[in-house]
Amino acid sequence: MNAVPLSWYLILSAILFSLGVAGFLFRRNIITVFMSIELMLNAVNLAFIAFAYQLQQVDGHIFALFVMVVAAAEAAVGLAIILTVFKNRTTLHIDEVSSLRN
Amino acid sequence: MDVPLFLLFAAIAVACGVNLVVQTHPVSSALSLIGVMGALAVLYLLLGAEFLAAAQLVVYAGAIMVLFIFVIMLLNAGGEKKSRNRPRLAAALGIPLLMLFLGIISFLIQRRVPSSMTVTFGGFTGGGPGDLGRTLFTGYLLPFEAASVLVLIAILGAVVLGRKEID
Amino acid sequence: MNFFLLSLLKAGLVAAVLLTTLAYLQWVERKVIAHIQLRMGPSRVGPHGLLQPLADVVKLLTKEDLLPPHVNKFLYVLAPFLAVSLALTSIAVIPFGPEIEIFGVRTEMGLTDLNIGILFLLGISSLGVYAVALAGWSSNNKYSLLGALRSSAQMVSYELPLALAVVGPLLLANTLSLRGIAEQQAGSILNWSILQMPAPQLLGFLVFAIAGFAETNRIPFDLPEAENELVAGFHTEYSSMKFASFFMAEYANIVTICCLATVLFLGGWHPVFPASMGSGYVPVLVFLAAAGIALYHGVNPARPKDRITLPAAGVVFAVVAGLFLVPVLKPVLVPLFWFGAKAGTMMFVFIWVRGTLPRFRYDQLMRFAWGWLFPVAMANLLATGLLVALWAK
Repeated sequence: MNAVPLSWYLILSAILFSLGVAGFLFRRNIITVFMSIELMLNAVNLAFIAFAYQLQQVDGHIFALFVMVVAAAEAAVGLAIILTVFKNRTTLHIDEVSSLRN
Repeated sequence: MDVPLFLLFAAIAVACGVNLVVQTHPVSSALSLIGVMGALAVLYLLLGAEFLAAAQLVVYAGAIMVLFIFVIMLLNAGGEKKSRNRPRLAAALGIPLLMLFLGIISFLIQRRVPSSMTVTFGGFTGGGPGDLGRTLFTGYLLPFEAASVLVLIAILGAVVLGRKEID
Repeated sequence: MNFFLLSLLKAGLVAAVLLTTLAYLQWVERKVIAHIQLRMGPSRVGPHGLLQPLADVVKLLTKEDLLPPHVNKFLYVLAPFLAVSLALTSIAVIPFGPEIEIFGVRTEMGLTDLNIGILFLLGISSLGVYAVALAGWSSNNKYSLLGALRSSAQMVSYELPLALAVVGPLLLANTLSLRGIAEQQAGSILNWSILQMPAPQLLGFLVFAIAGFAETNRIPFDLPEAENELVAGFHTEYSSMKFASFFMAEYANIVTICCLATVLFLGGWHPVFPASMGSGYVPVLVFLAAAGIALYHGVNPARPKDRITLPAAGVVFAVVAGLFLVPVLKPVLVPLFWFGAKAGTMMFVFIWVRGTLPRFRYDQLMRFAWGWLFPVAMANLLATGLLVALWAK
């Protein structure tokens, strides 16, 4: 009762990742799509840290830390792009931002 | 205590994750994501990653998500409109295929990870700030420097994109 | 089971003291501001207005709890709850005194000690911005929204210098546990982080205090609730207990920031000079002096009612001074006295600044954070790191 199987952590990570994929595919708001990506990154972090526990090495934590750094950089640039898109198009609906299609 | 704690916070994380995908309003989605992050921070603690649990709160929930909320409030984004031209095939097959994918992954994990591998709270004590810092600044110094350059570039990019006039 | 019982007891004690402090901090603030502005301040409810906080609580509780139309109900109710619970949570990691033994039970003075205590505190305080942002956004009011926008930008901007200023004492103490940091500053005033060799943190303390004003949305950084521009900012639409929650959260944040400054920079519970030089008797002298002054003014009253109230206060002070001489209580009360004196001085400075300085303009606020405070905090951090590294060699 005192020990959680490692596979539970990994399956939780997979569930969260799938939820992120679902949000990425089904949502039409740029900001929500972007947040789904963050959810996927979080799911991956959980897997990294679970593996770090299993291997008794801190390296997995370092990977997760780098993921956080990259996510922060990505959020800054991505939100700046979203602001610019909104300024030029006054919409956040991804179907209406399609000038590069065709 | 480990199993109930894991189940509780895993349930919170999954519920908030589902809510993120289901809600149409970006603010509700953002709040659900913060809920996921908070639950994950607790799970990190259970896995012995104290520093990352704190970093998760400070960096993810405290800085990145504040930026999201700020942008959503600034743009005063309302609820989402229905998509007009979504392919019918994708709409019908999307969720079943995703469930299938999840099922396969879970099956593989169950098969490949022996049940003897378990996690007990306190089973790994190398996740404190000291251990992390020592590894980061010895073995991973070059990636660390590269990441700092990346962050610098991201700052510059955000500043350039955020200027008033773009010509 | 003993552990749970002890923890419950300590939590109850800390919560009771904290809530009383919150209520009376507000009374002290009104009195001090009033005297700065040559007014009397609250003086009707009880002697010297001492029952004013009680009257305020009754007033707030009995007011009508409005729920404006077109608000997002869930978030509207969640925001004040979030504000007050986060503000009260952060007190859990603050150490108030050394490990003590009282009636045969050994315990630490303070609720808990985390090895990432300072990071926990920063994390909790960085979540506090959501309460403000959600309150402003869910109220469906343009003033609230503007206040929330200003507040979230301000709090994110000032958190950076705050965190950088905190790193200085951490480098000196070589630990992230708040108890460890406080214990490492034992000895005299020269061992406090603010004056400790090799890298005195005077500049860091200044940055921390300024960023602390901004984090708690106090004048001169109270743009989110600038009443002559934004009505009341993010809590315009709130009334009754929900308003009281925001009010309480603000004062709880002040208490936390002051306690944190005490632990990080001002040596925690350690006295100004070592106990071997008799610092244990300072509290007795201070309270006896206070009793003497009160009695003197009671004998020569400036106002008729002082004839009764001031001697009564004098007797109370004398009794407190006597308590510091009781051998059983002394090891508990003396550290608490020093901690309270330092944190109280910080709180007085908060109030003093509010009574003195005007409000910033919004662009000045942002330029100040990024153009002045951030570089200074960065330079302080680099210099501290260099000095600590050289000293260690």
